[in-house]
Amino acid sequence: MKNSSRRGFMGKAFGAVAGVGAVASLYAMKRSWDPLPSVKAAGFTTLDMSAYKENELVVEKWRGKPIFVLKQSKEMLATEDKNISTITKKTTAEMDKKRLIKVGDDYFLVCVGLCTHLGCIPGYNPDKKSFLCACHGGMYDDTGMVTKSPPPRGLDIPPFKVDGNKIVLGESSPEYEKMLADGITLKV
Amino acid sequence: MAHFTKATSLHDWLNQRMGIDTVRRVMATEYWIPKNINFLWAMGMVLAITFGILLISGIFLLMYYQPNVNLAFDSVNYTIMQEVGYGWLWRHVHGVAASVVFLIIYIHMFTGIYYGSYKKGREMIWISGMLLFVAFSAEAFSGYMLPWGQMSYWAGMVITNLFSGGSLHADGLVEWIRGDYVPAQAFLNRFFMLHVLLIPLAILGLIGLHFGALRIPHVNNQDGEEIDFEAEAAKYKAGDKANSKVIAFVNDFMSKDMMVVGIYLIFFFYLVFFHYDFAMDPVNFDPANGLKTPTHIYPEWYFLWSYEILRPFSTNVGLIAFAFAQVIFFALPFLDRSPNAVPASRRGLFRFWFWAMLIDMIILTAMGKVPPEGSFSTIGLYAALTFIGLWIALPFITKFEKKV
Repeated sequence: MKNSSRRGFMGKAFGAVAGVGAVASLYAMKRSWDPLPSVKAAGFTTLDMSAYKENELVVEKWRGKPIFVLKQSKEMLATEDKNISTITKKTTAEMDKKRLIKVGDDYFLVCVGLCTHLGCIPGYNPDKKSFLCACHGGMYDDTGMVTKSPPPRGLDIPPFKVDGNKIVLGESSPEYEKMLADGITLKV
Repeated sequence: MAHFTKATSLHDWLNQRMGIDTVRRVMATEYWIPKNINFLWAMGMVLAITFGILLISGIFLLMYYQPNVNLAFDSVNYTIMQEVGYGWLWRHVHGVAASVVFLIIYIHMFTGIYYGSYKKGREMIWISGMLLFVAFSAEAFSGYMLPWGQMSYWAGMVITNLFSGGSLHADGLVEWIRGDYVPAQAFLNRFFMLHVLLIPLAILGLIGLHFGALRIPHVNNQDGEEIDFEAEAAKYKAGDKANSKVIAFVNDFMSKDMMVVGIYLIFFFYLVFFHYDFAMDPVNFDPANGLKTPTHIYPEWYFLWSYEILRPFSTNVGLIAFAFAQVIFFALPFLDRSPNAVPASRRGLFRFWFWAMLIDMIILTAMGKVPPEGSFSTIGLYAALTFIGLWIALPFITKFEKKV
Protein backbone atom coordinates (compact mmCIF):
# COMPACT_ATOMS: atom_id res chain seq x y z
CA MET A 1 0.00 0.00 0.00
CA LYS A 2 2.78 2.34 0.97
CA ASN A 3 4.69 1.35 -2.12
CA SER A 4 1.79 1.83 -4.44
CA SER A 5 1.00 5.26 -3.06
CA ARG A 6 4.64 6.23 -3.53
CA ARG A 7 4.47 4.97 -7.10
CA GLY A 8 1.22 6.81 -7.54
CA PHE A 9 2.89 10.01 -6.38
CA MET A 10 5.81 9.45 -8.74
CA GLY A 11 3.38 8.85 -11.57
CA LYS A 12 1.53 12.09 -10.81
CA ALA A 13 4.80 14.02 -10.44
CA PHE A 14 5.98 12.70 -13.78
CA GLY A 15 2.61 13.52 -15.32
CA ALA A 16 2.88 17.12 -14.09
CA VAL A 17 6.40 17.57 -15.47
CA ALA A 18 5.47 15.92 -18.77
CA GLY A 19 2.31 18.02 -19.01
CA VAL A 20 4.25 21.26 -18.66
CA GLY A 21 6.74 20.01 -21.23
CA ALA A 22 3.99 18.99 -23.63
CA VAL A 23 2.27 22.38 -23.45
CA ALA A 24 5.60 24.18 -23.89
CA SER A 25 6.47 21.97 -26.90
CA LEU A 26 3.07 22.57 -28.49
CA TYR A 27 3.59 26.31 -28.14
CA ALA A 28 7.02 26.06 -29.77
CA MET A 29 5.56 23.95 -32.59
CA LYS A 30 2.74 26.45 -33.13
CA ARG A 31 5.23 29.32 -33.28
CA SER A 32 7.43 27.45 -35.76
CA TRP A 33 4.50 27.34 -38.19
CA ASP A 34 3.83 31.10 -37.90
CA PRO A 35 4.67 33.26 -40.92
CA LEU A 36 8.28 34.46 -40.62
CA PRO A 37 9.04 38.09 -39.68
CA SER A 38 10.54 38.61 -43.13
CA VAL A 39 7.26 37.42 -44.67
CA LYS A 40 5.22 39.60 -42.31
CA ALA A 41 7.32 42.65 -43.06
CA ALA A 42 7.11 42.11 -46.81
CA GLY A 43 6.38 45.46 -47.95
CA PHE A 44 4.18 48.20 -48.98
CA THR A 45 3.23 48.70 -52.61
CA THR A 46 3.00 52.21 -54.04
CA LEU A 47 0.79 52.77 -57.09
CA ASP A 48 0.91 55.84 -59.34
CA MET A 49 -2.76 56.42 -60.06
CA SER A 50 -2.23 58.77 -63.03
CA ALA A 51 -1.14 55.83 -65.20
CA TYR A 52 -4.47 53.96 -65.34
CA LYS A 53 -7.06 54.17 -68.14
CA GLU A 54 -10.83 54.17 -67.70
CA ASN A 55 -12.62 50.78 -67.68
CA GLU A 56 -9.34 48.91 -68.17
CA LEU A 57 -8.48 46.43 -65.45
CA VAL A 58 -4.86 46.38 -64.31
CA VAL A 59 -3.61 43.69 -61.94
CA GLU A 60 -0.93 44.76 -59.48
CA LYS A 61 0.69 42.67 -56.73
CA TRP A 62 0.71 43.22 -52.96
CA ARG A 63 1.88 40.63 -50.42
CA GLY A 64 1.77 37.97 -53.12
CA LYS A 65 -1.87 38.70 -53.82
CA PRO A 66 -3.25 40.15 -57.04
CA ILE A 67 -4.67 43.68 -56.66
CA PHE A 68 -7.33 44.90 -59.09
CA VAL A 69 -7.16 48.56 -60.12
CA LEU A 70 -10.12 49.76 -62.19
CA LYS A 71 -10.50 53.44 -63.03
CA GLN A 72 -14.19 54.36 -63.24
CA SER A 73 -15.46 56.15 -66.33
CA LYS A 74 -18.25 58.79 -66.24
CA GLU A 75 -20.58 56.18 -67.68
CA MET A 76 -19.71 53.62 -65.00
CA LEU A 77 -20.36 56.15 -62.26
CA ALA A 78 -23.66 57.12 -63.91
CA THR A 79 -25.06 53.60 -64.38
CA GLU A 80 -24.23 52.41 -60.93
CA ASP A 81 -27.84 51.70 -59.93
CA LYS A 82 -28.29 49.01 -62.61
CA ASN A 83 -27.10 46.14 -60.48
CA ILE A 84 -28.76 44.84 -57.35
CA SER A 85 -26.73 42.82 -54.92
CA THR A 86 -28.10 39.36 -54.16
CA ILE A 87 -26.53 39.59 -50.74
CA THR A 88 -27.53 43.01 -49.41
CA LYS A 89 -30.52 43.62 -51.74
CA LYS A 90 -29.19 47.16 -52.17
CA THR A 91 -28.52 48.81 -55.49
CA THR A 92 -24.92 49.53 -56.19
CA ALA A 93 -25.70 53.27 -56.02
CA GLU A 94 -26.10 52.97 -52.27
CA MET A 95 -22.75 51.28 -51.96
CA ASP A 96 -20.82 52.59 -54.93
CA LYS A 97 -18.99 55.70 -53.86
CA LYS A 98 -18.28 54.13 -50.50
CA ARG A 99 -16.34 51.30 -52.15
CA LEU A 100 -14.36 53.57 -54.46
CA ILE A 101 -11.20 55.50 -53.66
CA LYS A 102 -11.07 59.14 -54.75
CA VAL A 103 -7.70 60.30 -56.03
CA GLY A 104 -7.80 63.85 -57.36
CA ASP A 105 -11.08 64.04 -59.31
CA ASP A 106 -11.07 60.37 -60.32
CA TYR A 107 -12.66 57.37 -58.69
CA PHE A 108 -10.89 54.00 -58.53
CA LEU A 109 -11.80 50.51 -57.51
CA VAL A 110 -8.73 49.08 -55.74
CA CYS A 111 -9.34 45.64 -54.27
CA VAL A 112 -7.78 42.25 -53.60
CA GLY A 113 -8.40 40.27 -56.79
CA LEU A 114 -9.35 37.06 -55.02
CA CYS A 115 -12.92 35.82 -54.96
CA THR A 116 -14.25 36.06 -51.40
CA HIS A 117 -15.73 32.58 -51.81
CA LEU A 118 -12.62 30.42 -52.06
CA GLY A 119 -9.90 32.65 -53.44
CA CYS A 120 -9.88 32.15 -57.21
CA ILE A 121 -9.13 35.20 -59.40
CA PRO A 122 -12.27 36.55 -61.11
CA GLY A 123 -11.99 37.77 -64.70
CA TYR A 124 -13.23 41.22 -65.86
CA ASN A 125 -15.51 41.74 -68.82
CA PRO A 126 -15.18 45.43 -69.91
CA ASP A 127 -18.35 45.26 -72.07
CA LYS A 128 -20.59 43.93 -69.31
CA LYS A 129 -18.58 45.87 -66.72
CA SER A 130 -18.63 42.93 -64.35
CA PHE A 131 -16.34 40.33 -62.82
CA LEU A 132 -17.01 36.60 -63.15
CA CYS A 133 -15.28 33.96 -61.04
CA ALA A 134 -14.97 30.82 -63.14
CA CYS A 135 -14.48 28.48 -60.19
CA HIS A 136 -17.97 28.56 -58.75
CA GLY A 137 -19.75 31.15 -60.90
CA GLY A 138 -19.74 34.14 -58.49
CA MET A 139 -20.18 37.62 -60.04
CA TYR A 140 -19.27 41.18 -58.98
CA ASP A 141 -20.11 44.56 -60.50
CA ASP A 142 -17.56 47.22 -61.50
CA THR A 143 -17.21 48.36 -57.88
CA GLY A 144 -16.41 44.84 -56.70
CA MET A 145 -19.80 44.27 -55.08
CA VAL A 146 -21.37 40.80 -55.29
CA THR A 147 -24.20 40.43 -57.77
CA LYS A 148 -24.37 36.63 -57.79
CA SER A 149 -23.68 33.97 -55.12
CA PRO A 150 -21.77 32.01 -53.78
CA PRO A 151 -19.34 34.82 -52.70
CA PRO A 152 -20.47 36.00 -49.25
CA ARG A 153 -19.31 39.62 -49.69
CA GLY A 154 -17.78 42.08 -52.11
CA LEU A 155 -14.11 41.96 -53.09
CA ASP A 156 -11.96 42.95 -50.10
CA ILE A 157 -10.19 46.31 -50.12
CA PRO A 158 -6.58 46.36 -48.85
CA PRO A 159 -5.40 49.01 -46.35
CA PHE A 160 -4.50 52.12 -48.39
CA LYS A 161 -3.36 55.67 -47.95
CA VAL A 162 -3.87 58.33 -50.61
CA ASP A 163 -0.72 60.39 -51.04
CA GLY A 164 -1.22 63.08 -53.70
CA ASN A 165 -1.45 61.24 -57.01
CA LYS A 166 -0.27 57.98 -55.47
CA ILE A 167 -1.71 55.42 -53.09
CA VAL A 168 0.29 53.25 -50.70
CA LEU A 169 -1.06 49.75 -50.07
CA GLY A 170 -0.42 48.19 -46.65
CA GLU A 171 -0.73 51.47 -44.77
CA SER A 172 -4.05 52.45 -43.20
CA SER A 173 -5.70 55.89 -43.39
CA PRO A 174 -8.87 57.58 -42.04
CA GLU A 175 -10.58 56.78 -45.39
CA TYR A 176 -9.80 53.09 -44.97
CA GLU A 177 -10.84 53.07 -41.30
CA LYS A 178 -14.16 54.57 -42.40
CA MET A 179 -14.65 51.74 -44.92
CA LEU A 180 -14.01 49.21 -42.15
CA ALA A 181 -16.42 51.00 -39.82
CA ASP A 182 -19.11 51.10 -42.54
CA GLY A 183 -18.71 47.38 -43.16
CA ILE A 184 -17.69 47.98 -46.79
CA THR A 185 -14.77 45.58 -46.46
CA LEU A 186 -13.18 43.20 -44.01
CA LYS A 187 -9.70 43.83 -42.66
CA VAL A 188 -7.25 42.26 -45.07
CA MET B 1 18.16 -16.03 -17.95
CA ALA B 2 16.52 -18.21 -20.52
CA HIS B 3 18.32 -21.44 -21.41
CA PHE B 4 20.01 -21.61 -24.82
CA THR B 5 21.51 -24.72 -26.46
CA LYS B 6 23.99 -25.03 -29.29
CA ALA B 7 22.10 -24.24 -32.46
CA THR B 8 21.68 -26.97 -35.06
CA SER B 9 20.97 -24.52 -37.90
CA LEU B 10 20.57 -20.80 -38.60
CA HIS B 11 16.81 -21.34 -38.33
CA ASP B 12 17.20 -22.94 -34.91
CA TRP B 13 19.65 -20.21 -33.82
CA LEU B 14 17.10 -17.50 -34.71
CA ASN B 15 14.21 -19.51 -33.34
CA GLN B 16 15.84 -19.78 -29.90
CA ARG B 17 16.42 -16.04 -29.80
CA MET B 18 13.39 -14.61 -31.62
CA GLY B 19 10.74 -17.37 -31.62
CA ILE B 20 10.34 -17.13 -35.40
CA ASP B 21 8.28 -20.34 -35.61
CA THR B 22 5.75 -18.88 -33.17
CA VAL B 23 5.61 -15.60 -35.07
CA ARG B 24 5.04 -17.46 -38.34
CA ARG B 25 2.30 -19.61 -36.79
CA VAL B 26 0.46 -16.68 -35.21
CA MET B 27 0.76 -14.31 -38.15
CA ALA B 28 0.46 -16.70 -41.07
CA THR B 29 -0.08 -20.43 -40.93
CA GLU B 30 -2.65 -20.37 -38.10
CA TYR B 31 -4.38 -17.12 -38.95
CA TRP B 32 -7.74 -18.28 -40.26
CA ILE B 33 -9.70 -16.94 -43.24
CA PRO B 34 -13.22 -18.15 -44.14
CA LYS B 35 -13.58 -20.15 -47.34
CA ASN B 36 -16.83 -18.45 -48.30
CA ILE B 37 -15.35 -15.30 -49.84
CA ASN B 38 -14.74 -13.89 -53.32
CA PHE B 39 -12.17 -11.79 -55.18
CA LEU B 40 -13.35 -8.61 -53.40
CA TRP B 41 -11.66 -9.97 -50.25
CA ALA B 42 -8.29 -9.49 -51.99
CA MET B 43 -8.58 -5.69 -52.08
CA GLY B 44 -6.76 -5.32 -48.76
CA MET B 45 -3.70 -7.03 -50.18
CA VAL B 46 -4.04 -5.03 -53.42
CA LEU B 47 -3.98 -1.87 -51.30
CA ALA B 48 -0.97 -3.03 -49.28
CA ILE B 49 0.93 -3.77 -52.51
CA THR B 50 -0.07 -0.40 -54.01
CA PHE B 51 1.13 1.38 -50.88
CA GLY B 52 4.46 -0.47 -51.27
CA ILE B 53 4.66 0.68 -54.90
CA LEU B 54 3.98 4.28 -53.83
CA LEU B 55 6.67 4.06 -51.17
CA ILE B 56 9.34 2.68 -53.51
CA SER B 57 8.60 5.03 -56.43
CA GLY B 58 8.43 7.91 -53.93
CA ILE B 59 11.91 7.12 -52.60
CA PHE B 60 13.36 7.46 -56.09
CA LEU B 61 11.47 10.70 -56.80
CA LEU B 62 12.69 12.09 -53.48
CA MET B 63 16.32 11.84 -54.60
CA TYR B 64 15.91 14.50 -57.31
CA TYR B 65 12.89 16.54 -56.20
CA GLN B 66 13.64 20.09 -54.94
CA PRO B 67 11.14 21.57 -52.46
CA ASN B 68 11.80 25.16 -53.55
CA VAL B 69 9.27 27.38 -55.32
CA ASN B 70 11.83 28.34 -57.97
CA LEU B 71 13.14 24.83 -58.59
CA ALA B 72 10.28 22.43 -57.84
CA PHE B 73 8.52 22.62 -61.21
CA ASP B 74 11.70 22.04 -63.24
CA SER B 75 13.02 19.38 -60.89
CA VAL B 76 9.89 17.35 -61.67
CA ASN B 77 9.21 18.24 -65.29
CA TYR B 78 12.78 18.55 -66.51
CA THR B 79 15.20 16.76 -64.17
CA ILE B 80 13.07 13.75 -63.22
CA MET B 81 11.17 13.45 -66.50
CA GLN B 82 14.06 14.02 -68.91
CA GLU B 83 17.44 13.67 -67.24
CA VAL B 84 17.14 10.96 -64.60
CA GLY B 85 17.39 7.45 -66.08
CA TYR B 86 13.88 5.96 -65.84
CA GLY B 87 12.82 9.01 -63.83
CA TRP B 88 9.67 9.12 -65.98
CA LEU B 89 8.87 5.59 -64.85
CA TRP B 90 8.93 6.48 -61.14
CA ARG B 91 6.83 9.56 -61.75
CA HIS B 92 4.21 7.76 -63.82
CA VAL B 93 4.15 4.83 -61.40
CA HIS B 94 3.73 7.24 -58.47
CA GLY B 95 1.04 9.33 -60.19
CA VAL B 96 -0.97 6.36 -61.47
CA ALA B 97 -0.69 4.50 -58.13
CA ALA B 98 -1.87 7.62 -56.25
CA SER B 99 -4.98 7.69 -58.41
CA VAL B 100 -5.66 3.94 -58.58
CA VAL B 101 -5.18 3.50 -54.83
CA PHE B 102 -8.36 5.55 -54.33
CA LEU B 103 -10.29 3.42 -56.81
CA ILE B 104 -9.33 0.33 -54.78
CA ILE B 105 -10.08 2.11 -51.47
CA TYR B 106 -13.60 2.91 -52.73
CA ILE B 107 -14.12 -0.70 -53.89
CA HIS B 108 -12.81 -1.91 -50.49
CA MET B 109 -15.18 0.47 -48.65
CA PHE B 110 -18.28 -0.38 -50.66
CA THR B 111 -17.49 -4.11 -50.31
CA GLY B 112 -17.51 -3.56 -46.54
CA ILE B 113 -20.79 -1.63 -46.72
CA TYR B 114 -22.46 -4.22 -48.95
CA TYR B 115 -21.56 -7.23 -46.79
CA GLY B 116 -22.11 -5.44 -43.44
CA SER B 117 -18.47 -5.88 -42.46
CA TYR B 118 -18.57 -2.86 -40.13
CA LYS B 119 -20.77 -4.32 -37.40
CA LYS B 120 -20.97 -7.06 -34.78
CA GLY B 121 -17.46 -6.54 -33.40
CA ARG B 122 -15.99 -5.19 -36.63
CA GLU B 123 -16.59 -1.50 -35.82
CA MET B 124 -12.94 -0.78 -35.10
CA ILE B 125 -11.95 -2.24 -38.48
CA TRP B 126 -14.29 0.27 -40.12
CA ILE B 127 -13.13 3.21 -38.00
CA SER B 128 -9.41 2.48 -38.46
CA GLY B 129 -10.11 2.07 -42.19
CA MET B 130 -11.80 5.47 -42.31
CA LEU B 131 -8.80 6.99 -40.49
CA LEU B 132 -6.64 5.46 -43.23
CA PHE B 133 -8.92 7.05 -45.84
CA VAL B 134 -8.41 10.46 -44.21
CA ALA B 135 -4.65 9.94 -44.00
CA PHE B 136 -4.50 8.86 -47.66
CA SER B 137 -6.54 11.92 -48.63
CA ALA B 138 -4.10 14.21 -46.79
CA GLU B 139 -1.20 12.34 -48.40
CA ALA B 140 -2.73 12.76 -51.87
CA PHE B 141 -3.40 16.46 -51.34
CA SER B 142 0.06 17.24 -49.96
CA GLY B 143 1.68 15.28 -52.80
CA TYR B 144 -0.37 17.20 -55.35
CA MET B 145 1.26 20.44 -54.12
CA LEU B 146 4.79 19.28 -54.88
CA PRO B 147 5.12 19.71 -58.69
CA TRP B 148 4.18 23.38 -58.05
CA GLY B 149 2.13 23.73 -61.21
CA GLN B 150 -0.99 25.84 -61.65
CA MET B 151 -3.33 23.15 -60.24
CA SER B 152 -0.97 22.57 -57.29
CA TYR B 153 -0.97 26.26 -56.43
CA TRP B 154 -4.67 26.89 -56.86
CA ALA B 155 -5.78 23.67 -55.19
CA GLY B 156 -3.51 24.73 -52.30
CA MET B 157 -5.13 28.16 -52.26
CA VAL B 158 -8.72 26.86 -52.35
CA ILE B 159 -8.29 24.00 -49.87
CA THR B 160 -6.40 26.07 -47.28
CA ASN B 161 -9.07 28.78 -47.64
CA LEU B 162 -11.62 26.20 -46.43
CA PHE B 163 -10.01 26.57 -42.99
CA SER B 164 -11.16 30.20 -42.76
CA GLY B 165 -14.50 28.59 -41.84
CA GLY B 166 -16.66 30.78 -44.11
CA SER B 167 -18.19 33.60 -42.07
CA LEU B 168 -15.84 32.88 -39.16
CA HIS B 169 -13.11 34.61 -41.24
CA ALA B 170 -10.32 32.75 -39.48
CA ASP B 171 -7.81 34.29 -41.89
CA GLY B 172 -5.14 34.08 -39.20
CA LEU B 173 -5.55 30.29 -39.15
CA VAL B 174 -5.25 30.12 -42.95
CA GLU B 175 -2.08 32.23 -42.87
CA TRP B 176 -0.73 30.06 -40.05
CA ILE B 177 -1.31 26.89 -42.09
CA ARG B 178 0.39 28.49 -45.11
CA GLY B 179 3.14 30.31 -43.19
CA ASP B 180 2.46 33.21 -45.58
CA TYR B 181 -0.37 35.31 -46.98
CA VAL B 182 -0.49 33.07 -50.04
CA PRO B 183 0.94 29.61 -50.78
CA ALA B 184 4.69 30.25 -51.09
CA GLN B 185 8.03 28.81 -49.96
CA ALA B 186 7.01 28.07 -46.35
CA PHE B 187 3.86 26.36 -47.64
CA LEU B 188 5.68 24.17 -50.16
CA ASN B 189 8.31 23.17 -47.61
CA ARG B 190 5.87 22.14 -44.90
CA PHE B 191 3.64 20.20 -47.27
CA PHE B 192 6.75 18.45 -48.57
CA MET B 193 7.58 17.46 -44.98
CA LEU B 194 4.01 16.23 -44.40
CA HIS B 195 4.03 14.24 -47.66
CA VAL B 196 7.34 12.46 -47.20
CA LEU B 197 7.48 12.00 -43.43
CA LEU B 198 4.65 12.77 -41.06
CA ILE B 199 1.66 11.43 -43.01
CA PRO B 200 3.45 8.26 -44.24
CA LEU B 201 4.40 7.55 -40.60
CA ALA B 202 0.77 7.98 -39.60
CA ILE B 203 -0.32 5.70 -42.45
CA LEU B 204 2.11 2.96 -41.35
CA GLY B 205 0.79 3.19 -37.79
CA LEU B 206 -2.82 3.11 -38.97
CA ILE B 207 -2.17 0.08 -41.19
CA GLY B 208 -0.93 -1.69 -38.03
CA LEU B 209 -4.08 -0.63 -36.20
CA HIS B 210 -6.29 -1.75 -39.12
CA PHE B 211 -4.70 -5.23 -39.18
CA GLY B 212 -4.84 -5.44 -35.38
CA ALA B 213 -8.54 -4.57 -35.41
CA LEU B 214 -9.11 -7.49 -37.78
CA ARG B 215 -7.46 -10.10 -35.59
CA ILE B 216 -10.19 -10.83 -33.03
CA PRO B 217 -13.41 -10.47 -35.09
CA HIS B 218 -11.72 -12.07 -38.15
CA VAL B 219 -12.59 -11.41 -41.78
CA ASN B 220 -16.30 -11.38 -42.67
CA ASN B 221 -17.69 -13.80 -45.27
CA GLN B 222 -20.16 -13.68 -48.16
CA ASP B 223 -23.16 -14.62 -45.98
CA GLY B 224 -22.20 -12.73 -42.83
CA GLU B 225 -22.19 -16.15 -41.12
CA GLU B 226 -20.87 -16.25 -37.57
CA ILE B 227 -18.08 -18.84 -37.70
CA ASP B 228 -16.64 -20.63 -34.67
CA PHE B 229 -13.05 -20.11 -35.77
CA GLU B 230 -11.53 -22.31 -33.08
CA ALA B 231 -13.74 -25.31 -33.92
CA GLU B 232 -13.24 -24.87 -37.65
CA ALA B 233 -9.48 -24.42 -37.21
CA ALA B 234 -9.37 -27.63 -35.15
CA LYS B 235 -11.04 -29.51 -38.04
CA TYR B 236 -8.53 -28.03 -40.48
CA LYS B 237 -5.57 -28.97 -38.32
CA ALA B 238 -6.94 -32.48 -37.82
CA GLY B 239 -6.71 -32.90 -41.59
CA ASP B 240 -10.41 -32.49 -42.39
CA LYS B 241 -9.78 -29.54 -44.69
CA ALA B 242 -12.78 -30.33 -46.89
CA ASN B 243 -15.33 -29.90 -44.10
CA SER B 244 -13.63 -27.01 -42.36
CA LYS B 245 -15.10 -23.58 -43.10
CA VAL B 246 -11.70 -21.94 -42.85
CA ILE B 247 -8.33 -21.95 -44.56
CA ALA B 248 -4.93 -20.73 -43.41
CA PHE B 249 -3.85 -17.21 -44.35
CA VAL B 250 -0.55 -18.63 -45.61
CA ASN B 251 -0.31 -20.45 -48.00
CA ASP B 252 -3.99 -21.20 -48.80
CA PHE B 253 -5.52 -17.74 -48.87
CA MET B 254 -2.36 -15.92 -49.88
CA SER B 255 -1.98 -17.94 -53.07
CA LYS B 256 -5.45 -16.81 -54.22
CA ASP B 257 -4.83 -13.30 -52.95
CA MET B 258 -1.67 -12.98 -55.00
CA MET B 259 -3.51 -14.29 -58.06
CA VAL B 260 -5.83 -11.27 -57.83
CA VAL B 261 -2.83 -9.02 -57.13
CA GLY B 262 -1.19 -10.39 -60.30
CA ILE B 263 -4.21 -9.52 -62.45
CA TYR B 264 -4.37 -6.11 -60.80
CA LEU B 265 -0.69 -5.43 -61.49
CA ILE B 266 -1.15 -6.20 -65.20
CA PHE B 267 -3.98 -3.62 -65.27
CA PHE B 268 -1.87 -1.21 -63.21
CA PHE B 269 1.21 -1.35 -65.42
CA TYR B 270 -0.98 -1.16 -68.54
CA LEU B 271 -2.11 2.23 -67.17
CA VAL B 272 1.43 3.24 -66.23
CA PHE B 273 2.83 2.55 -69.70
CA PHE B 274 -0.10 3.38 -71.99
CA HIS B 275 -2.56 5.64 -70.12
CA TYR B 276 -0.51 7.48 -67.49
CA ASP B 277 -1.96 10.75 -68.80
CA PHE B 278 -5.27 10.22 -66.95
CA ALA B 279 -3.42 10.89 -63.69
CA MET B 280 -1.59 13.95 -65.07
CA ASP B 281 -3.71 17.09 -65.33
CA PRO B 282 -2.57 19.15 -68.36
CA VAL B 283 -3.15 22.40 -66.40
CA ASN B 284 -0.49 21.31 -63.92
CA PHE B 285 2.13 21.46 -66.68
CA ASP B 286 1.97 25.27 -66.40
CA PRO B 287 4.18 26.57 -63.57
CA ALA B 288 2.40 28.02 -60.51
CA ASN B 289 1.28 31.61 -61.04
CA GLY B 290 -0.37 33.50 -58.19
CA LEU B 291 -1.74 36.14 -60.55
CA LYS B 292 -3.66 33.84 -62.89
CA THR B 293 -6.40 31.36 -61.92
CA PRO B 294 -6.99 28.42 -64.26
CA THR B 295 -10.41 28.61 -65.95
CA HIS B 296 -11.73 25.64 -64.05
CA ILE B 297 -10.35 24.43 -60.77
CA TYR B 298 -11.34 20.90 -59.93
CA PRO B 299 -9.65 18.28 -57.75
CA GLU B 300 -8.53 14.83 -58.88
CA TRP B 301 -11.43 12.46 -59.60
CA TYR B 302 -11.38 10.83 -56.15
CA PHE B 303 -12.24 14.08 -54.35
CA LEU B 304 -14.91 15.21 -56.82
CA TRP B 305 -17.89 13.78 -54.91
CA SER B 306 -17.13 15.74 -51.74
CA TYR B 307 -16.15 18.83 -53.77
CA GLU B 308 -19.56 18.69 -55.46
CA ILE B 309 -21.26 18.63 -52.05
CA LEU B 310 -19.44 21.91 -51.25
CA ARG B 311 -20.13 23.64 -54.53
CA PRO B 312 -23.87 24.15 -55.06
CA PHE B 313 -24.48 25.92 -51.74
CA SER B 314 -23.58 29.37 -50.39
CA THR B 315 -20.25 29.48 -48.53
CA ASN B 316 -21.38 28.63 -45.00
CA VAL B 317 -23.97 26.00 -45.91
CA GLY B 318 -21.49 24.53 -48.39
CA LEU B 319 -18.80 24.25 -45.72
CA ILE B 320 -21.17 22.56 -43.29
CA ALA B 321 -22.34 20.12 -45.99
CA PHE B 322 -18.71 19.45 -46.92
CA ALA B 323 -17.70 18.84 -43.29
CA PHE B 324 -20.71 16.51 -42.94
CA ALA B 325 -19.62 14.52 -46.01
CA GLN B 326 -16.05 14.23 -44.68
CA VAL B 327 -16.98 12.69 -41.33
CA ILE B 328 -20.31 10.92 -41.80
CA PHE B 329 -18.84 7.63 -43.08
CA PHE B 330 -17.12 7.22 -39.69
CA ALA B 331 -20.56 6.97 -38.07
CA LEU B 332 -21.83 4.19 -40.38
CA PRO B 333 -21.60 1.37 -37.78
CA PHE B 334 -23.68 3.44 -35.37
CA LEU B 335 -26.20 4.92 -37.81
CA ASP B 336 -27.01 1.43 -39.11
CA ARG B 337 -29.45 0.35 -36.37
CA SER B 338 -30.14 -3.13 -37.74
CA PRO B 339 -28.47 -6.14 -36.10
CA ASN B 340 -28.33 -7.94 -39.47
CA ALA B 341 -24.77 -8.44 -40.69
CA VAL B 342 -25.69 -9.98 -44.04
CA PRO B 343 -25.27 -8.86 -47.66
CA ALA B 344 -27.34 -5.80 -48.60
CA SER B 345 -29.35 -7.94 -51.05
CA ARG B 346 -31.08 -9.67 -48.09
CA ARG B 347 -31.71 -6.52 -46.09
CA GLY B 348 -34.93 -4.98 -47.41
CA LEU B 349 -34.72 -1.21 -47.78
CA PHE B 350 -31.00 -1.13 -47.04
CA ARG B 351 -30.47 -2.84 -50.38
CA PHE B 352 -31.90 0.24 -52.12
CA TRP B 353 -30.00 2.53 -49.78
CA PHE B 354 -26.72 0.88 -50.78
CA TRP B 355 -27.27 1.22 -54.53
CA ALA B 356 -28.73 4.73 -54.19
CA MET B 357 -25.63 5.82 -52.23
CA LEU B 358 -23.26 4.27 -54.78
CA ILE B 359 -25.07 5.81 -57.77
CA ASP B 360 -25.41 9.18 -56.02
CA MET B 361 -21.67 9.30 -55.37
CA ILE B 362 -20.97 8.47 -59.02
CA ILE B 363 -23.33 11.31 -60.09
CA LEU B 364 -21.65 13.71 -57.63
CA THR B 365 -18.27 12.69 -59.06
CA ALA B 366 -19.41 13.37 -62.64
CA MET B 367 -21.01 16.72 -61.75
CA GLY B 368 -17.91 17.79 -59.81
CA LYS B 369 -15.87 17.54 -63.00
CA VAL B 370 -18.06 19.71 -65.26
CA PRO B 371 -18.30 23.52 -64.99
CA PRO B 372 -20.89 24.69 -62.43
CA GLU B 373 -23.40 25.99 -64.98
CA GLY B 374 -27.05 25.47 -65.90
CA SER B 375 -28.48 21.98 -65.53
CA PHE B 376 -25.17 20.63 -64.17
CA SER B 377 -25.56 22.95 -61.17
CA THR B 378 -29.12 21.71 -60.63
CA ILE B 379 -28.22 18.02 -60.90
CA GLY B 380 -25.27 18.63 -58.55
CA LEU B 381 -27.52 20.34 -56.02
CA TYR B 382 -30.07 17.50 -56.00
CA ALA B 383 -27.35 14.86 -55.82
CA ALA B 384 -25.81 16.68 -52.83
CA LEU B 385 -29.20 16.90 -51.12
CA THR B 386 -29.79 13.20 -51.86
CA PHE B 387 -26.45 12.34 -50.23
CA ILE B 388 -27.39 14.17 -47.04
CA GLY B 389 -30.96 12.79 -47.15
CA LEU B 390 -29.74 9.20 -47.48
CA TRP B 391 -27.62 9.53 -44.34
CA ILE B 392 -30.52 11.05 -42.40
CA ALA B 393 -32.78 8.21 -43.57
CA LEU B 394 -30.30 5.45 -42.69
CA PRO B 395 -31.10 5.07 -38.94
CA PHE B 396 -34.84 4.95 -39.68
CA ILE B 397 -34.83 2.41 -42.51
CA THR B 398 -32.43 0.14 -40.62
CA LYS B 399 -34.32 0.47 -37.32
CA PHE B 400 -37.43 -1.06 -38.90
CA GLU B 401 -35.54 -3.68 -40.86
CA LYS B 402 -36.82 -7.24 -40.37
CA LYS B 403 -34.38 -9.49 -38.51
CA VAL B 404 -32.99 -12.23 -40.77
